[in-house]
Amino acid sequence: MSWFTRTASSSLGKKYIMALTGLLLGGFLVVHAAGNTTIFFGRSVFLFYASHLHALGIAVAVAEVLLLALFLTHAITGLLLFVENRRARTSRYAVCSSAGGRTWGSATMPYTGMIILAFLFLHLVNFRFIDHGVTIADIVAAVLARPLYTVLYGAGLGALTLHVSHGFWSLFQSAGISHPKYDRFIRISAWLVCGLIITVFAAILLLLLVNSNQLS
Amino acid sequence: MAAKTITLNLKIWRQAGAGASGRFEAYRLERLDTDMSFPEMLDVLNERLTLEGREPVAFDHDCREGICGMCGAVVDGIAHGPAKETTLCQLHLRHFQDGQTLTIEPFRAKAFPVVKDLVVDRSALDRVIQAGGFISVNTGSAPDANGIPVPQHKAEQAMDAAACIGCGACIASCPNAAAMLFVGAKISQLALLPQGELEREQRALAMVQAMDREGFGNCTNQRECEAVCPKGISIRNIARLNREFLRAAFIGEPLK
Repeated sequence: MSWFTRTASSSLGKKYIMALTGLLLGGFLVVHAAGNTTIFFGRSVFLFYASHLHALGIAVAVAEVLLLALFLTHAITGLLLFVENRRARTSRYAVCSSAGGRTWGSATMPYTGMIILAFLFLHLVNFRFIDHGVTIADIVAAVLARPLYTVLYGAGLGALTLHVSHGFWSLFQSAGISHPKYDRFIRISAWLVCGLIITVFAAILLLLLVNSNQLS
Repeated sequence: MAAKTITLNLKIWRQAGAGASGRFEAYRLERLDTDMSFPEMLDVLNERLTLEGREPVAFDHDCREGICGMCGAVVDGIAHGPAKETTLCQLHLRHFQDGQTLTIEPFRAKAFPVVKDLVVDRSALDRVIQAGGFISVNTGSAPDANGIPVPQHKAEQAMDAAACIGCGACIASCPNAAAMLFVGAKISQLALLPQGELEREQRALAMVQAMDREGFGNCTNQRECEAVCPKGISIRNIARLNREFLRAAFIGEPLK
């Protein structure tokens, strides 16, 4: 084995992979949320954003392939870690309690990850693998006007909130970035970015549910 | 001060040997002095069991003053019991209520097989240390105390990491049975000092490799280890382990 594969397949190597792909996926989430804010300004602004994004041509296709690679690497490594971690404790405790370290986010990481993965399929079926004969504004408005989808997307968002509430901080710790000088800054920034992203997505969900004319 | 006594109901994990299947057995102990430590309470129980001709409960203990790292069990789901920064032997019965029921289990991890009852085999930690948790020096007469200058804050940080007594509570409490806090502390106590500098890359690579070989889990930064550690070792040491290994992987000589 080369030094690289040996490093990548070690316990710490897998943490680095999760941290790096997590950071890049987090970056994608920020850009996605920023782009979606155009929905707040109505149909013409949203379509203007969509047409300019698609005008990038080949860059969009390349970005899609890279994103797919990121998601697959993150999900597969995560599942591998989940299985390994379960195998590391063959007999379970009769009484399970927390001494105060775990949070809802950290304790549910593999499960929220799987929910997000399921949500991604729904999300791609709704907006990516669909007949683009009508404008994206009409597609979005039609899907998110239905309360069923508000609930499904809300559940996906809930899982995402828990996942990134731990992930945004955890990736810095995994990369070895921890110091009394900036620990607090990282912790608070992680919460703020998480809060901001989720607020944008949740606001869009509610807006499109109550105001069916937002994108018309 | 008049001595206070309490009654405790114990549910203790009994397992005859390594391969045997275990189960909980219930015991009721009355008139326990609250100034007793946890192992002293188990002594009382074992005395009674022995007199009744029954098998006493096997449990690990040695110094009984919180410094050797030998004792340890999981009490109501918390390694070393509910008191913060306290080993099981320094946990006194005054922390419990009269009539309380306590569930006492061994440290559970694949890398810590049960030997008997509450005794687990923690030699996996010894093998991780043997892989690189040392410095290689020629022996001889004692060097001058200040021959190698060490900044005070570095000495303090190294000493904080060196406070690890290797009890294994971090592994027992980790939802993934990971040994990163232990290895992080052992890497840190040497990486922070000039004496450890020379072998830092080889040490990081060898100790992580040994840790993975023993079948410990992977850290997911849940911080349970830090919360139960009787010596208050910080997860900052895990971050240092992550840095040391990353550095060693990219610029260190690969292991032979």
